[in-house]
Amino acid sequence: MTTPIRFDPIRLPPALQALRAEVRAFLQAEIAAGTFDPGAAGTARGYNPEFSRKVGARGWIGMAWPKKYGGGEKSYLERYVVTEEMSAASAPVRAHFVADRQSGPILLKYASERIKADVLPRITRGECCFCIGMSEPGSGSDLFAARTRAVSSDAGWRVNGAKIWTTEAHHADYMIGLFRTSPPAKDDRRHGLTQFLVDMKWPGIKVNPIVDMSGRHDFNEVVFDDVVVPDEYRLGEIDLAWRQATSELAYERSGPERFLETAYVLFDLMRVLGAEPDLRGAEGLGRLAAQLHVLRRMSVSVAGMLEQGKEPVLEASIVKDLGTVWEQALPARARDLAAFAEKDPLFEARLAYATDIAPKLTIQGGTSEVLRGIIARGLGLR
Amino acid sequence: MQVYRTSAGLSTLRPSRLTLRMSEISNLAADATSRIFRALGDPQTLNSARGDAWREPLWRALEEAGLTRAWVPEALGGAGASLADGFELLRVAAGFAVAVPLAETLLAGWLLAQGGLEVPEGALAPAPARAGEQLALDREGRVSGRARAVPFARDGAHVALLARREGQMVVALVARAQCALEPGVSQAGEPRDTLIFDDVPALAAAGAPPGLDEARLLAMGAAARAAQMSGALEAVLERTAAYAAERVAFGRPIAKFQAIQHGLARLACETAAALAAASSAADALDGGALDADSDLLEVASAKIRAGEAAGAGAAIAHQVHGAIGFSAEHVLHRYTQRLWAWRDDFGAEAEWAARLGRMLAARGAGALWPLLASR
Repeated sequence: MTTPIRFDPIRLPPALQALRAEVRAFLQAEIAAGTFDPGAAGTARGYNPEFSRKVGARGWIGMAWPKKYGGGEKSYLERYVVTEEMSAASAPVRAHFVADRQSGPILLKYASERIKADVLPRITRGECCFCIGMSEPGSGSDLFAARTRAVSSDAGWRVNGAKIWTTEAHHADYMIGLFRTSPPAKDDRRHGLTQFLVDMKWPGIKVNPIVDMSGRHDFNEVVFDDVVVPDEYRLGEIDLAWRQATSELAYERSGPERFLETAYVLFDLMRVLGAEPDLRGAEGLGRLAAQLHVLRRMSVSVAGMLEQGKEPVLEASIVKDLGTVWEQALPARARDLAAFAEKDPLFEARLAYATDIAPKLTIQGGTSEVLRGIIARGLGLR
Repeated sequence: MQVYRTSAGLSTLRPSRLTLRMSEISNLAADATSRIFRALGDPQTLNSARGDAWREPLWRALEEAGLTRAWVPEALGGAGASLADGFELLRVAAGFAVAVPLAETLLAGWLLAQGGLEVPEGALAPAPARAGEQLALDREGRVSGRARAVPFARDGAHVALLARREGQMVVALVARAQCALEPGVSQAGEPRDTLIFDDVPALAAAGAPPGLDEARLLAMGAAARAAQMSGALEAVLERTAAYAAERVAFGRPIAKFQAIQHGLARLACETAAALAAASSAADALDGGALDADSDLLEVASAKIRAGEAAGAGAAIAHQVHGAIGFSAEHVLHRYTQRLWAWRDDFGAEAEWAARLGRMLAARGAGALWPLLASR
């Protein structure tokens, strides 16, 4: 058969279990010390620069990057082990995770030597938080509709406009932003966008908070009022940002954080169901575990293929679509399976929070609809 | 017709002789399977054929290529393929949705070989095939008991079975004609017969190796069905995408409609999940020597997830095909009916899920993630 989908049968090398044990022991100690509570809305998965510095000190940020920039020159599979342990434990990785996953690799590829030497080591030490400037008021999924302009001048690029839904912009040291440097070409609307590194302390940048429906302040509007960006901070070719993103996108979409965001509800459901659940509980639990096991297999497979230098973009989109739909449905399924168990206030509080954040899971980082369009293109339908 | 090997089987392709990598051997077995089915088992041709004159030449070609005895070691006259290679050829064969007992004969050959027994010519069926069923072997070497839903039992001259003799597991071979048979059929119209053993004399019997019991046989069957479901889904995806690209409605190919594209994308996701699930179980079983809980996680997950993908995928494929896919003359139902039927063989999703869930619950909430991450 000639379907283009390929998930190589890859398992993480057994040698990585030592690293896994080390990460797990670290996380258990942090939980015990009260740094975060995996099931609590306040501390889990949050912004915690102190925690990020500890992770950096362990060498777990920028693991695959060159040593001269503070990296560990380890494989992406080692990074995978660290990421999945952090995700499964709901560790507060916000202060470093975006930089580790995608901003750092973009800088490695496109930034000047001076910027790389300056910024990358700080990222690896857990001292440098990044945000992503893609969506705008009026352009979300339709990325190529971005209108925030960067106009060339003697001083550098003058940026005017606004980005929105920018997670952690209020904490971020830098943004990697996508700005319009030329109008779209008649025959190619992808043309005309350029990526820039933006120092969030530059004059003219204003960050306005946006509180989400769960009451949290994670995302923001970022307004640019004549912000001057030196040309040195341009990342890649002018007008051709659309060409630059293939393997980065695969990393961004296929990682374990794309199906583990609500996993603490599953672990807590098991506590509520106990060691001898009834048939309904056992069957429901078995299905959830089977689905999670297979998602992980797919995600590891994509990580392995990326490590081998392949570009499994279609497969990564499949992992994100299946993974986010699964983690989004998990709170409702856990609620259903716990219905006949004794009421447990702790479980219910955790469930309530997971239910509140579930809607965003299939929107952030590429909606299900966008992903399905990409998959359809991969099937040759568009 | 061109087959890739003569009756000597796959043996000359073993790494010791040709130093091929595993994947290359898999590719050769898979290519041979694909070539034979394309020549002799084309689903469209078979769908319009009257009678089953096609069966004998197809089966003979599979036997001559050594594929029906893939899991029988060379010493016992088989091809000596790895478990992973066998699952791979079942995946490929399922892409043709043909009613031949290839998986059953592979499983039965594997079972007999576990006892070191000679494997007779022709199609074979393995028993028992349902969870909770046990057969007994007495001191005089007679088998008693009942095995339900034995796939293709009526097709072969022999049945390979696992029975208990004074608490010990024994592999045995019986002549099918000696058993009472209550015919039954699957959703796809394939035989799923009940075999009644009323003191049926074993033609051969030998003690099973440690670790081989009814649950292990069921696991092998479940992994085989998962591989088959993943292969059938691949074919369904390919055919459905091709149909959407050629079928014109409202002035354009329906593949141009976003609703259809998203349906096909979800079908691709389900197909991918089935492939990943099945291959995980296949390489886990191939590696051997897993602890019981890891083993159960791998096999149960494969059968559960491939079964779920079968149901969801078949529904999308039918919706995209519209009325023509519901007709007898169209080939789609050969795939979808098999997908539905294979869900039920060797334990349905719900049975495996309950078993898996009980095991996980007994281990405790804190043990789920470590188990998943160890795989």
